[in-house]
Amino acid sequence: MLLALIRRFGQMIFVMFGISVLVFLIFFVTPGADPAARIAGRNASPETLEAVRKSFGFDQPVWVQYYTLMKKLFVTQDLTSFVNRGWKVVPAVIDTIPVTLSLVIGAAVLWVIFGLLVGLIAAATRGSWIDKSLMALGLIGCAMPVYWLGEVMNLITQSRYHDSWMFSWVPPLGYKPLTEDPKGWFLTLVIPWITLSILYIGLYGRVLRANLIEAMQEDYIRTARAKGLSETRIMLRHALRTSLISFVTLFGLDFGALVGGAALLTEVVFGLQGVGKLTYDALQNLDLPVIMTTVIYASFFVVLANALVDVVYILLDPRVRSA
Amino acid sequence: MLEVRDLRISFRTEHGRVRAIDGVSFDVAESEILGVVGESGSGKTISLLAVMGLINDPNAVIEGSIKLRGRELIGLKASEMRKLRGREIAMIFQDPMTAMTPVYTIGWQIAEQIMVHERIGKKAALARAIDLLAEVNIPNPREAIERYPHQLSGGMRQRAVIAMALSCNPALLIADEPTTALDVTVQAQILDLIRKLRRVHKSAIVFITHDMGVIAETADRVMVMYSGRVVERGTKAEILLEPRHPYTKALLDSIPPLEGEKPRRLKSIPGSPPSLLDLPKGCSFGPRCPSRFDKCAEKPPLEGGAHAAACFLKAAP
Amino acid sequence: MSDAVASLRVSRGPWATALRRLSRDKAAMVCLAVFILIVIVSLLAPAYASWANTDPFRSTLDATVMIDGQEIPVMEQSTEGLGLGYTPIGPTWELGNYFLGADNQGRDVMARLLYGGRNSLLIAGASTVITILVATIIGLAAGFFGGVTDTILSRILDVLWAFPVYLLAISLSIVLIAHGIDLGLITLEAGSLWLPIFIIGIVYIPYIARPIRGQVLALRRSEFVLAAIGLGVPEHRILLRDILPNVSTTLIVFVPLMLAINMLTESALSFLSIGVQPPDASWGTIIQDGQGLLYTRPWVALAPGLAIALTVLVLNVLGDGLRDALDPRSKIRLGGD
Repeated sequence: MLLALIRRFGQMIFVMFGISVLVFLIFFVTPGADPAARIAGRNASPETLEAVRKSFGFDQPVWVQYYTLMKKLFVTQDLTSFVNRGWKVVPAVIDTIPVTLSLVIGAAVLWVIFGLLVGLIAAATRGSWIDKSLMALGLIGCAMPVYWLGEVMNLITQSRYHDSWMFSWVPPLGYKPLTEDPKGWFLTLVIPWITLSILYIGLYGRVLRANLIEAMQEDYIRTARAKGLSETRIMLRHALRTSLISFVTLFGLDFGALVGGAALLTEVVFGLQGVGKLTYDALQNLDLPVIMTTVIYASFFVVLANALVDVVYILLDPRVRSA
Repeated sequence: MLEVRDLRISFRTEHGRVRAIDGVSFDVAESEILGVVGESGSGKTISLLAVMGLINDPNAVIEGSIKLRGRELIGLKASEMRKLRGREIAMIFQDPMTAMTPVYTIGWQIAEQIMVHERIGKKAALARAIDLLAEVNIPNPREAIERYPHQLSGGMRQRAVIAMALSCNPALLIADEPTTALDVTVQAQILDLIRKLRRVHKSAIVFITHDMGVIAETADRVMVMYSGRVVERGTKAEILLEPRHPYTKALLDSIPPLEGEKPRRLKSIPGSPPSLLDLPKGCSFGPRCPSRFDKCAEKPPLEGGAHAAACFLKAAP
Repeated sequence: MSDAVASLRVSRGPWATALRRLSRDKAAMVCLAVFILIVIVSLLAPAYASWANTDPFRSTLDATVMIDGQEIPVMEQSTEGLGLGYTPIGPTWELGNYFLGADNQGRDVMARLLYGGRNSLLIAGASTVITILVATIIGLAAGFFGGVTDTILSRILDVLWAFPVYLLAISLSIVLIAHGIDLGLITLEAGSLWLPIFIIGIVYIPYIARPIRGQVLALRRSEFVLAAIGLGVPEHRILLRDILPNVSTTLIVFVPLMLAINMLTESALSFLSIGVQPPDASWGTIIQDGQGLLYTRPWVALAPGLAIALTVLVLNVLGDGLRDALDPRSKIRLGGD
């Protein structure tokens, strides 16, 4: 087991290295234009271009350039934006992390609870109209672009029905820090949480239902029935427990991906100043140092999350654990 | 103790109604071993699953009567049936590799069954599990309860499954080919074990198999099934030494004799079992039968008292 | 039981059986029809524009429209605040005549919706072809030849797979979108539709290549392939005759799902202004155009979103249907063994 952990850790380091090389290649070596011009942003002055060239060592060999970039990102953390002169990027990215985490964690709680409920109810009533309508709703949930759903939510709660009793409590768009205004934090995040979780509730409900139904065909379920267990107990203790392994794996991957940037669209629509919104603003300004930083940090977070998922997987599945 | 009368099971499928079991009747006496023999698809497993109340296909139609110690099981409420399963009737399945939930320890799974049927604490249930594992000759039962199914060998796993089936002292144990998936040496040990358990627990056992050799070692009485019907039944000696139905004879001819001169070539039964969708009219073994004659176009009844056979030839063998 | 049931099944060729099963799946058939309809309607975009006599790519701030015999400007002077802004006309619900209203440049939203659909479908389709082609080649090479080829390809796939899709797409887009790319043989101009096609085509390669590699690896070790190798059948023949047909069912199941995912990705990138570039339209860019008008003229953003959701929905149902039809495990099951 220790060997498996060490191997997994080694793989994680390799993938992180690979991603850093890939990011470097994309931003610095892609043919087509002068990388200094890309990094300096639109209509940069010759002085700025010169500063960029010097700062990133574009007159040096490629591997020195890679080394310089990694040093700026991780060691000295003094990568600066050239669009907003002198703005230190790394601390700015770190400052936005609580916003993204607030959004994703709340949504994750919702989608795990409701995803489990939908999957269990649909599997238990399979073939019935309850199952069919839950699955149809799940399909619709998976099909809607999340940012569009966010706009529809805004249209309903901020404009059309804002004056009705249902949505008059919805505060204007924006983010309130948890430590300063817990109630405001909660209220501003309710609609974004719901919006972001709908897609995943549909997805997880469908996946879990399929896994449960597959598990219910296994021989050990027949043994469990022969033991005289109730259908509820068979579903929860035997079928769900074995299906949970893939559910947890999926959850870890999606949670990591959301924190690492996939929540970007939701943040943009609801004006939440998280990592994603920061990236979005940088996209509009062509502010490449910001994008490089968010991409690298977020990818590393995702890789780390994936490695953690595998460790949890080892803990959850005795077959893997003793292998 | 178990009386099955005119059991008929059919399935509604996209090809129409398929009759899997067609009027099967049999009895099992207290602490007796009944061997049920037949090829795959002969309906031996499914008729015993019906006794367990484990046919939960919504397209299945089950008719007839199954009485356990005088109590009718067909039409019994699901919750009542559940209380019987595992406590009064237990079942062991063919493949011990997949028969246990992979994510729980052996001890947990045995204790679970005990706790569902009896008012007993977890500690006491685990203690019983240790005793049961010792009884089925699993070495170091105290450690074994902590093991997961995949950590045991096939034979050990089947022992654990048997221990689980015996955990509530069932009156009737149904064993569905419990040795088929195991090595030959392990098979013999498991058969020994089952015979020993019958002596100790006084449970009646229905032993499903396709192997006449296994029947010779275990059963008291034998029932031979072919395409959803009983074709012959009698004591073990009657079936093995004076088989009346050509199918039984053919089954016996297909195993190598232990003593005497070995035949140069074992006989096999020509053809294959008929599709349930397209059963021949009259005797369903007719098309494969070496002694077929014109009367076989009718359906032969199962006649002859204790040693009965469903064949028109039986009067003039 | 299963043997008895197996003998009930009429055996035909796997493809014929799958087609027969698919044609019996009502939901999948309806969705196929809807998808074909969406494609046809989108392809009719130029015809619609010329019939409606509108240019969906030019700002027309001073155009007028006839409604109930009255001439009304497409861009109305805003009555709110200082009265400096303009509000485009809302939906007339009259085909060919600003059916869904106008956007903030006075362009007919319905015409743009059809053109946008054409681009969204084109990008989704072309990137799916790229993904599946490249992924199949990589999967076949890695799985069949093994050794160093496999090690290198698998490690590259590991890295690409671990790289979050949106971040990879954003990185590629932001670098390429402003200046294009010049690879010597291929030159892609900034603003070309081929940029989002290539970007989306690349980012999903590992999601297909990995399962294909696994499947090829299993087939490579299967008895019939080992037998073919033992008989001295040339490798390319084994690949084409034995392995490719076996992975092709997997690939076919992936097609509608990839189309759906690619369509969502394209719209997201376009919404972030790093996908389809103006004045070209896609469903994503129209939603972005509509964002500023959300509270006054919500249909500009609502209509393309509904179009995406409907298309993705029918593709997902179609994918489910295909999987059920091709997956041999999805046969009827009866009780018993």
